[in-house]
Order: sequence, then C-alpha cells, then structure tokens
Amino acid sequence: MSDMDLLLWARGPGLQIALAICIFGMLLKLFEIFSLGRKPDLSVARPGNAAAGWITIFSRSLPNRTLLKRTFPTYLMGYTFHIGFFVALLFFAPHIQLFRKTVGLGWPALPSQLVDGVSLLTIVALLLMLAYRLYHPVKRFLSTFDDYASWALTLAPLLSGYLAFHHLLLPYTLMLAVHILSVELLLVFMPFTKLVHTMSLFVSRWYNGDALGHKGARL
Amino acid sequence: MADENSLGAILRAQGVSRRGFLKFCSAMAALMALPPSMVPAIAAALDKALRPSVIWLSFQECTGCTESLTRSHTPTLEALIFDAISLDYHHTLQAASGEAAEAARAEAMKKFYGKYLLVVDGSIPTKDGGVYSTIAGMSNLDMLQEAAKGAAAIMAVGTCAAFGGIPHANPNPTGAVAVSDIIKDKPIINVSGCPPIPVVITGVLAHYLTFGTLPELDDLGRPKVFYGESIHDRCYRRPFYDQGKFAKTFDDEGARNGWCLFELGCKGPTTFNACATTKWNQGTSFPIESGHGCLGCSEPNFWDAGSFYQALSTPITPVGKAAAVAAAAGIVGGAAIAMHNRHVKGAAKSEHQTVTVKDLEK
Repeated sequence: MSDMDLLLWARGPGLQIALAICIFGMLLKLFEIFSLGRKPDLSVARPGNAAAGWITIFSRSLPNRTLLKRTFPTYLMGYTFHIGFFVALLFFAPHIQLFRKTVGLGWPALPSQLVDGVSLLTIVALLLMLAYRLYHPVKRFLSTFDDYASWALTLAPLLSGYLAFHHLLLPYTLMLAVHILSVELLLVFMPFTKLVHTMSLFVSRWYNGDALGHKGARL
Repeated sequence: MADENSLGAILRAQGVSRRGFLKFCSAMAALMALPPSMVPAIAAALDKALRPSVIWLSFQECTGCTESLTRSHTPTLEALIFDAISLDYHHTLQAASGEAAEAARAEAMKKFYGKYLLVVDGSIPTKDGGVYSTIAGMSNLDMLQEAAKGAAAIMAVGTCAAFGGIPHANPNPTGAVAVSDIIKDKPIINVSGCPPIPVVITGVLAHYLTFGTLPELDDLGRPKVFYGESIHDRCYRRPFYDQGKFAKTFDDEGARNGWCLFELGCKGPTTFNACATTKWNQGTSFPIESGHGCLGCSEPNFWDAGSFYQALSTPITPVGKAAAVAAAAGIVGGAAIAMHNRHVKGAAKSEHQTVTVKDLEK
C-alpha cells in the first residue's frame, strides 16, 4: 500500500467507519442517560433559579478561585490545551473545508502561522500536563490507563498535524494520512474513554446545576 | 577524437554549437541538482556517448506522452537529444509501418540485446488474456514481456505506464496494470505525469547517457531529482497558503490576486513533480500559474482520489448515510440499554424484602 493509498483510505472508508462508530457510541451513551429519566423532585423549587442548569454549563468553565490557587499548573495547562485544541481544530483553513463539506457550515480561517503557533503551545501544554501527572504523587496514584490513553489520543492529531504542516519526519502524503488516521482513532475511542466528556459535560453540568438551583444553591 | 557515431559528433553535424551544447549540459546539471563543477563531466560524457538504441512501446495510452515530448519547444537541444538517440521503434513516430515496423523492432532487439533502453507509455491490459489492446496481432502483455527480456533498463513514461493511469481507474474494465506490476527483474524508472514534463524525460535520458546508470529513485520508482519535492513546496502561491488566503472560486478577487487554490481542490501538497520549477512550454507557466489547481497527475490512482475540485482535507466519499445509520443504531441501542437497566431496577425493587431487626436476630 503506497502513501497515497493510505491517504485515500483515510479520507474514504476510514473516515466513514470512524465517524459512524463515534456517532453510534456517543448517541448510545447519551440516549441511555436520557432514557433512564430523572427522579421526580417533589420539593418546592426555590425562586429565581429557573435557568440554573443552563448557566452552570458555562459557569463551570470559569476557574474556581480556591482551586486555582491550589492547582495552578493544572488550570494553566488545562486551559491552554483546551483552547489551543479548539483553535487548531476550528480555525485552520483545511479543517474549515472539512466542516463545510460534511456539515455545510463554514467560517473565516485564522492565518496558518497563528494556528501553527497555537498548536505548538498546545503540544507543549499537553507534554507538561503529562510530566505534572507523573511528578505529582496524588495525580499519579489516581491515574488509570484511561487517563494516559485519552492524553495520547488527544496529542496524536496535534503532533501529527504539526509535523505534516512542517513536512517533518515522514513524507507529507504519509504524514497527512497518519494525521487523518489519528483523528479517526480519536473519534473511535472518544465515546468509550474519558473523552466522552466532550459531549456528556453539557448534560452533567446542566443536571447538577438544575438540581442545585432547585434547592436554592447560589451558583 | 570522438567516435563519428557519438552524440557530440551527431550534434555538431546537425549544427549545434559548442556553446549551445554546454548550455544544455548546464541546464541538465541544474535539473539533476548537481554542482556546476559537474558540467564539464556531463559534457565530456555526453560528447562521447554513443547513440543508445531505444525501443518505445505504446500501449493503452492517448499519445499525450509522445505529444508532450515531440511538441516540446522545438528546435531545442532536448529535441536534438531525442533525435540523437537511436529510436529504433516507435509506432507513432516512425516512418515504417506494418511488417516493416515490426521487423525493425525485432532487429533492434536482436542487435542490441541486453543494451537497449525500453521506453513504455500506456498501461497494459491483462483481463481476458490481454485482448483489449494488440499491436500487429500481439497483445501488449506479450510484447512487453518479449521486449523486456533484452532491455538494459525500462523507462515507464507517463502515469499510465508508471501506475496504471486512466485505464486503471475504477472500474478498470480491461484489467490495466503498470509496467512494474508485470516486469520484476529489470531496473524500472517511473517518469510519471499526465503527460510527463518533456525536460524530465530528456533529463532522465541525459542522466542515463552521462553516467550509464539510472538516477536515485523515490519509493515509487521516480527519479528523486525531479520528483523529490512537492508542487506545494515550490509553488509561488505558497505564501498565501501560509497566510491563510485562499481563492473561493476561480474568478473571485482572491483568484485574481493569485491566492492559494487549496480550497478549490489543488493537490499540490501531495503531488511530487517538477512542474513548479521547470514549468511547461519553454518555462512559460504551469497549471497553477494559469489559475487551476494541481490535479495530482504524477501520483498513483489520481483519477480515483476524489473530485479534482475537492480540497485535500475533505472526505472522498459521502459520510451522510453512514452517519445516519450509526445515529439510528445509537439511539435504538441506547434506549434498549436504558430499558434493560430500568427492568433490572424494577425487578430488584419488586424482589426487595424488608428486613427487620427481629429477622436479623433470628
């Protein structure tokens, strides 16, 4: 199989398979959660907290002052890599073309050099996060295979994309195929690892926020 | 004193000046990425080189490769080099026809056995015994196998001969294959392109005449000197790619300003050829300079690599159907699991027995 054959497979059947598994897995999990239903809350709802669930979806993304002081490196690197990942994913012109082709939506791209710089920063943040996880005794103790797999699955598309863009390590065609395949691997495992939080976080945050709001908690 | 049959003697006889000859040698050295100090060596080698016998076989092809070569900026030294090789068989270009033509091929094969250069353009049909393309009653497959036996080396000129090309494209009704799929025991050099750049064909010939060997090849059997870099790497529109400036249609302001054609389906990043450096028509321009994206014609399977007008980062097959089926399966599966969980919970509830302190004290 030549480099081009691999690229064509990645852009054809590979993508179809990965996308299908991802959609199937995500909906399987989400629909299971939704179909289970909620316990009826017989208490009287406290006033003024009707939108607590929706507010919490966003408010939980803001840093918690106490935790920010205690785990500053986690916050700093966590924010860096989450924001960087989405900048690279959503604002690189070739990626926008993919969205335009598959979902019919497009938007203006950022200059490639800017996305390139952000990607490098994101890769560094991810590497530092791993180092911190291995260095910190509590984090190391709590870490499972899932944590390391999720980290590797997140790093792979960023690293391969960066190497492809700069024509490093492997011929461009092969590196582009590796990049697309790494994204497909991420899609395949996303519903079955901790990466499922990309979807479930909205559900769980709304659920918690709504329940707490019902009880009158200040959010 | 050089042999009167040598290339140098023939060129001089045809009125090619020493200055013109050295100019050609310099261009060849530059093309082959050799230092200027190699120019005299190339000149000396080419001067003394005897006209090698070349047998050119045309199989399932459109004659575009021959057109490309013959319509190259004549009269230049490349064309004279082409004249200066002993082209003993080429059924499009030769004057002889019918039995006389076939006799010329047989004679060349016998006389220069083990020494001639075999040039092939076009793919080889293999289905149904190779009946889909025959010459003088002989299938392409048989002719290739016969001619390859006595060849010193084989040049597969054009994407059809190198990778199967258009005839090989899905559904490939004739079972077309590349030369390298059939011949395994001879050195093969792939000079791909649809058509290949004339100066690349002559460049490979010049290398062969100068050094007596084939140049260093890439993993697809192409000479690295010409196919070592991608169109994208050498494209004059590359700065716009880096800046994220892309033409959205073929006639918008971006296109007029020479912005990158990536979004219009340019395959430059995955295409390895010398178009952006040697250009076409006496170095006038190349497709991207004319406002059209690269088709990727020098790569394998380029006809089956999705639309020419689809960006490289997009899927080559629609994903909607697979996504819809997966979504339906996910919803049904999720609901089934939820129902099962509810059932388990309900069963646990109904089977629950209240245990009192009295029971425990029993």
